[in-house]
Amino acid sequence: MAIEADGKSFETDEEGYLVNLNDWIPGIAAVMAKEDDLELTDEHWEIINFLREYYEEYQIAPAVRVLTKAVGKRMGKDKGNSKYLYSLFPYGPGKQACRFAGLPKPTGCI
Amino acid sequence: MSEQIKKFLYLNRRAPYGTIYAWESLEVVLIGAAFDQKVSLAFVDDGVFEIVKGQDTSESGFKNFSPTYAALGDYDVNQLFVEKESLEERGLSIDDLMHLTWEDEDEDWAEKDSIRVVSRSELSEIMADQDVVFSF
Repeated sequence: MAIEADGKSFETDEEGYLVNLNDWIPGIAAVMAKEDDLELTDEHWEIINFLREYYEEYQIAPAVRVLTKAVGKRMGKDKGNSKYLYSLFPYGPGKQACRFAGLPKPTGCI
Repeated sequence: MSEQIKKFLYLNRRAPYGTIYAWESLEVVLIGAAFDQKVSLAFVDDGVFEIVKGQDTSESGFKNFSPTYAALGDYDVNQLFVEKESLEERGLSIDDLMHLTWEDEDEDWAEKDSIRVVSRSELSEIMADQDVVFSF
């Protein structure tokens, strides 16, 4: 499978996750979001960028429970809760936001 | 859940690279942490090399997954036992290990050490106290 963004083609796996993490450009997130009928706002980007930083530091995509806790620590309780994160990413903040961010499917995601 | 919370110990006894055991163990720990169980890890024999700091795998072709151990605290895995004799037999001390910590949400995210160096006899008592021991 592949996804087209900014005039280029990027390889994705059978679940739509980017195969090469280093290929990621913001345009990929925008195209993936559009396919899911989502318009990316600054609030979405805040989480997407946070996930990329988390991966950079720990080399894993966090499970949703871990993401929620980490967001709460960084951005406060009003954002570190599943209601807020699910309102941004209705298909699941772990799976959907990680996919937009070019990360693999979260470790511990079942 | 009505099921009783069990104590799980993951025993790591092999060097981090060359075989898949160390990485597989870490992945199982992270996946298992999603369930409500009491999880701890022990590092014995060459397993102590898994958490040595300053790992560089660039010449080996293996992915350096040692940064992932620092995420264990986020997964509420904050009991890492390291066998004292295994360290000493390899000329290592706790100063050669990564400084792995967890943050206590109930104490305003106070940072606490996850690693505890224990003697062989202490570790056998810890193991005897477990419901399940997984050996990697």
